[in-house]
Amino acid sequence: MGITVSNISKSYKGVKALQDISFEVKPNELFGLIGPDGAGKTTLFRILTTLLIADKGQASVAGFDVLKDFKDIRKHVGYMPGRFSLYQDLTVEENLEFFATIFGTTIEENYDLIKDIYVQIEPFKDRRAGKLSGGMKQKLALSCALIHKPKVLFLDEPTTGVDPVSRKEFWDMLKRLQQKNITILVSTPYMDEAALCDRIALIQDGQILQIDTPEAIVKQYPKTIYNVSANNMYQLINSLKDYQYQHSVYPFGEFVHYTDVRNDFKINDLKMYLEAEKLLNIKIEKTQATIEDSFMELAKYPNRTCKLSKT
Amino acid sequence: MKRFVGFIKKEFYHIFRDTRSLFILFGMPIVQILLFGFAITNEINNVDMAILDHSKDATTKEIINKISASKYFSIKQILERETDIEAVFKKGKVKAVLNFETDFGKNLIKNHQATVQIITDATDPNTANTISNYINSILQNHQQEQNKAIHIDYVIVPEPRMVYNPELKSVYMFVPGVMTIILMLVSAMMTSISITREKELGTMEILLVSPIKPFQVIIGKVFPYIFLSVINAVVIVLLSIFIFKMPVQGSLFLLALESVLFIISALALGILISTISATQQTAMMISLMGLMLPVILLSGFIFPISSMPLPLQVLSNIIPAKWFIIILKGIMLKGVGLEFIWKETLILLGMTILFIGLSVKKYKIRLE
Repeated sequence: MGITVSNISKSYKGVKALQDISFEVKPNELFGLIGPDGAGKTTLFRILTTLLIADKGQASVAGFDVLKDFKDIRKHVGYMPGRFSLYQDLTVEENLEFFATIFGTTIEENYDLIKDIYVQIEPFKDRRAGKLSGGMKQKLALSCALIHKPKVLFLDEPTTGVDPVSRKEFWDMLKRLQQKNITILVSTPYMDEAALCDRIALIQDGQILQIDTPEAIVKQYPKTIYNVSANNMYQLINSLKDYQYQHSVYPFGEFVHYTDVRNDFKINDLKMYLEAEKLLNIKIEKTQATIEDSFMELAKYPNRTCKLSKT
Repeated sequence: MKRFVGFIKKEFYHIFRDTRSLFILFGMPIVQILLFGFAITNEINNVDMAILDHSKDATTKEIINKISASKYFSIKQILERETDIEAVFKKGKVKAVLNFETDFGKNLIKNHQATVQIITDATDPNTANTISNYINSILQNHQQEQNKAIHIDYVIVPEPRMVYNPELKSVYMFVPGVMTIILMLVSAMMTSISITREKELGTMEILLVSPIKPFQVIIGKVFPYIFLSVINAVVIVLLSIFIFKMPVQGSLFLLALESVLFIISALALGILISTISATQQTAMMISLMGLMLPVILLSGFIFPISSMPLPLQVLSNIIPAKWFIIILKGIMLKGVGLEFIWKETLILLGMTILFIGLSVKKYKIRLE
C-alpha cells in the first residue's frame, strides 16, 4: 500500500528531468527525497500524483497504477505542491471547507486527523489565506491535504520559506501523522531535515545517488571528517583548497569540514601548514559526518557511489 | 452534487471579493450603453455652416431661412469672397458652405435653372455625405413647393418611408451591438481568466489531484457567469427601453432565451481560450484580440456586412455575434417570432454545441 517506482524516466524538451528512477516506499513510512533545486523532485511528485505521464517505467501509489487507475489515486492521496496553492481570497475556514466538499467529506468527519494542526490556525479562521504568515500557510495547506484522510501524503518542499521554529513543528506533525497509518513522501532541499525521515533517497540531476536510512548513509561516509576553524574563515577555505593533500573542503556553519586524501593523516601536519599560511587560533578536531557531507561526497563522484550503494 | 454546489459557492466568493472586477463587470455595460447611445452617433445635429451669397435676392434669402430654421444646421458665418471659403474650412469653423451664383433668383425665372454649390468638409466622409444629402433634400423640398404653382406634365414624387426605425436613431443600431459585445466580453473573457487564474496560482494542480470531474469544474466555472451575464443583459435592455425609448417589439421571453443561448456560446468560447492559454494575461489578450475585434468589425454591428469584400463576408459567417445581432434586431426592432429567425438560432446553437464539445475535449486532465 506504499509507493513503488520502477525505472521511471521523464524528459522535457530534451532535458532529462528523471533518469531511470526506482525505489519503494513502505506502508506508513516517512520517506524523504533529498536534493537541490532542479534535481527532479517536483517532476517525480507530479508523476506520482498523476499530473504528468512518465516517458518510461511504471509506478503505483497505494496499490493503484499511476496511469491506469489515476482516478482512484486522485481519491486517495493528499498532495501539497511546493508553491502555496490555496485560494488566497478565501478565508482559512472556507478553504478547508471547500477541499472537504470536493473530496466528498466534511471538516467534522475527519477533524481528529487535522486537529493538532488546525487548532494552531483556528484563531485565524476568518482571515483570508493570502494574509497568513508562511508557517501558517503551510499548516493550512497541510490541513487541506489531509482533510479527506488520504492513504498517501505527498509533500513537495513543505518547509521551503518557513522559519526554523515552524519547520520544527511541521516535522513533529509529520511524525504524528505517521502514527495514524499514513504513508508520507516528502521532499526537501534542507539536509538537516533528512535525519528526521525513516529512509531517504538522495537525488541529483534526475538520478538517485543513494537510498538508505539517514544513519546508514552517514555511516557509509568513506572518510574521516575534521572540523577546522581559524581567525579568518575566507583565508582558511582558500588555504585548505590549496593544500596538496585535500580531498574536500566545505564550509559548515562556523567550521570548515575537511577531509584528506591520505590514510595516515596527522592533525599536526595540517596545523603546521595553516600556521605557515599565517592563520591564527587554528583548531582541528575529528567530527561526525552529516547527511550533507554524504550528499556532497556522492554528488562529487556519482558513478562511483552508484556502485557503492548497490553493494 | 454537493461537490458541485461547493464549487459554485467558491466561485461566487471569488467574484464578489474581487471588487475591482465586479465594478468592471457591472459598470461597463452601463457606461458603454450610455456612451454609444449619447456620444457616438451617426445623426447630424446643429452642423455649423457658412453662406456665400453672390445674389442676395428674395429666393436665396428664402432658402437660407429654410436651412437655418431646420434643427440640423446653424449658420455661423456669411462670407463675402470666394477666397474666404478655403479660409473658413481651414479654420475648421464650419462643416459646409453654400455658394449661390450671381443672379440666382433671376436665372431661375429666366432660364428655369440656377446653380448653388454645396461644399462640404470631407475629412469625415460619412458626415460630409449626410450633410450634403440633408441640404439637397431641403433644396428639393423648396423646389417642390415652388413648382406647385406651375403646371408640369410629368412628375415623379418619391415617398421614402424608413421602417422599423423611422427617425433613423442610431441608438437602435447600437443597443443590439453593445449588448452583444458586453455579453461576449463578460462571458468569454471572465471565464477564461477565472480558469487560467487557477492554473497560474497552482490551485488547478490540487483540483486535478482530487475526485472532482472535469465537467464539474467547467460547469462550476460557467454557472456563476451565466447568472451575471443574464443580469447584465437585463440591465442593458432596461436601459435601452427607459432611457433611449427603444422599443422591444417582439417577445421578451424569446429575447431572454436567445440571449442565454448566446451567453452559453460565449462561455464555451471562454473555456476554449482557457485551454490554450497558460496565463491570465494571454487569456485576456486572446479574448480581446480574438473576440472583441471580430465582434466589432465583422458582426455587422458598425460596418454593414453586405458592403465588405467577399472574403470578409464569408469570414463573418463564423462569428457567433453576427447571428446574435440579426436575432436581436429581428426581435427588438421588427418584432418577429422564432419562425423568422430559426435559421440564425440553429446556427448559434450548432456553434455552441461545437464549442462546448471542443472545450470538454481539450480540457486537460493532467498538467501537460
